[in-house]
Amino acid sequence: MRTITTDEISQLVAELCRRANFHLPEDVVGALERAREAERSERGRWVLDSLLENAAEAARESLPLCQDTGLVVCFVRLGRDARVEGDLGEAVDAGVRQAYTTWPLRKSVLADPLDRASNTGDNTPAVLGLELVEGDGLEVQVVPKGGGSENAGAAWMLSPSEGEEGIVARIERQVREQGGKWCPPGIVGVGVGGTLERAADLAKRAVTRPIGGAHPEAKWAALEARLLRTINATGIGPMGLGGDTTALAVHVEYHACHLASLPVAVSFQCHAARRAAGRL
Amino acid sequence: MREQPGRVQLRTPLSKASVAELRAGQVVALSGVVYTARDAAHQRLAAALAEGRRLPVDLAGAVIYYCGPAPAPPGRPAGSCGPTTSARMDPYTEAVLEQGVAATIGKGNRSRAVRQALVRHGAVYLVAVGGAGALLARHVRAARVVAYEDLGPEAIHEFEVEDLPAVVGYDAHGGAVFAGEEPPSARETSTARSER
Repeated sequence: MRTITTDEISQLVAELCRRANFHLPEDVVGALERAREAERSERGRWVLDSLLENAAEAARESLPLCQDTGLVVCFVRLGRDARVEGDLGEAVDAGVRQAYTTWPLRKSVLADPLDRASNTGDNTPAVLGLELVEGDGLEVQVVPKGGGSENAGAAWMLSPSEGEEGIVARIERQVREQGGKWCPPGIVGVGVGGTLERAADLAKRAVTRPIGGAHPEAKWAALEARLLRTINATGIGPMGLGGDTTALAVHVEYHACHLASLPVAVSFQCHAARRAAGRL
Repeated sequence: MREQPGRVQLRTPLSKASVAELRAGQVVALSGVVYTARDAAHQRLAAALAEGRRLPVDLAGAVIYYCGPAPAPPGRPAGSCGPTTSARMDPYTEAVLEQGVAATIGKGNRSRAVRQALVRHGAVYLVAVGGAGALLARHVRAARVVAYEDLGPEAIHEFEVEDLPAVVGYDAHGGAVFAGEEPPSARETSTARSER
């Protein structure tokens, strides 16, 4: 049994918060560059140029990519042969606190959702997702999630007979309704199956998958490709100003589900698709 | 899609005439003073107006920027400062337009009521590139909090900006840059105030 200290976890989380907020992942930069080449709308190209320039400026100046530095979603995969000395949640929050009070990052967290004056002042607490895995290590992925793109998400309990057509129709309608509000072009994550909350969790995990890897199963990869074509055919375009690029990628994850259910959730990740991962 | 015309230079306070010339889809470069305000600040502005109190800033010809900036790093006037989603300010927009606001800046499309109000008041809605907070910070020359400091990032900041880039989202004649949005009819824009 290996022991991992809360201090090690906090240091890692703090560093990942810094990296995620200042550095756009390379796969996202690559996708924006490819979109810039393919985009036929001049206004769309203007937006994409701005986004690429923004990523360079943020890294150069140690400024956050976006002023909305998010609510921190932290996915932790803990090895079964590892033991955390102390409280994991407190260790993660200590890392978030350290990053958000050290760097010029906005504090956007209200302790009480119905009290505008309850800003916690240090962007804690994080939303923690814990999984137990093989081994004696600890993997952390930090996703600072902005409000604008998070607000565009939705979940539905479809009738199973609606099937794939129902899924595509709902997601297309959601994308059209949300227009430019979620800062497209970004990653659209879709969770299918499980229960209401599992579908939403899958959708959120789907947006954190790096761009470039399709779903390993052909049927689900085909659904990803179909959704991507459907979303980009809307013409909503970069920042909703019109163009070919509304999504850079669509990622679908599924879970077994009850034969009477077809839960579907969609999560939107803006073009500032911030995430950073590390391990102990 | 319409051809993209050259950049239009704008300077605050904006005159009615310069606003009337703008057309949806044009790229503008805005210089002068803008005031940041998000939902919480708008709520207070609306409450002050409802109670007949004086506003903390003069809104005649003013530009409101829907933005809650990140803290300024040492040695810089402002931190990252991109636009937030404008639709959240829709319920308050007519009230500030009545105070003379000439333009608002944000991201995303807005309600039909706001579009009608823009036409009635001869004002425009500008769209800045959301999420380009670091890039937009380059256009801020000076910044200070002028009201509602207790709201933190949601306080009203006065930004002195130079060539802040934006696209005209809705012009003062009902034109829209967003796909599938019909201009409001003459009947819709002729009423004194929309029902909300």
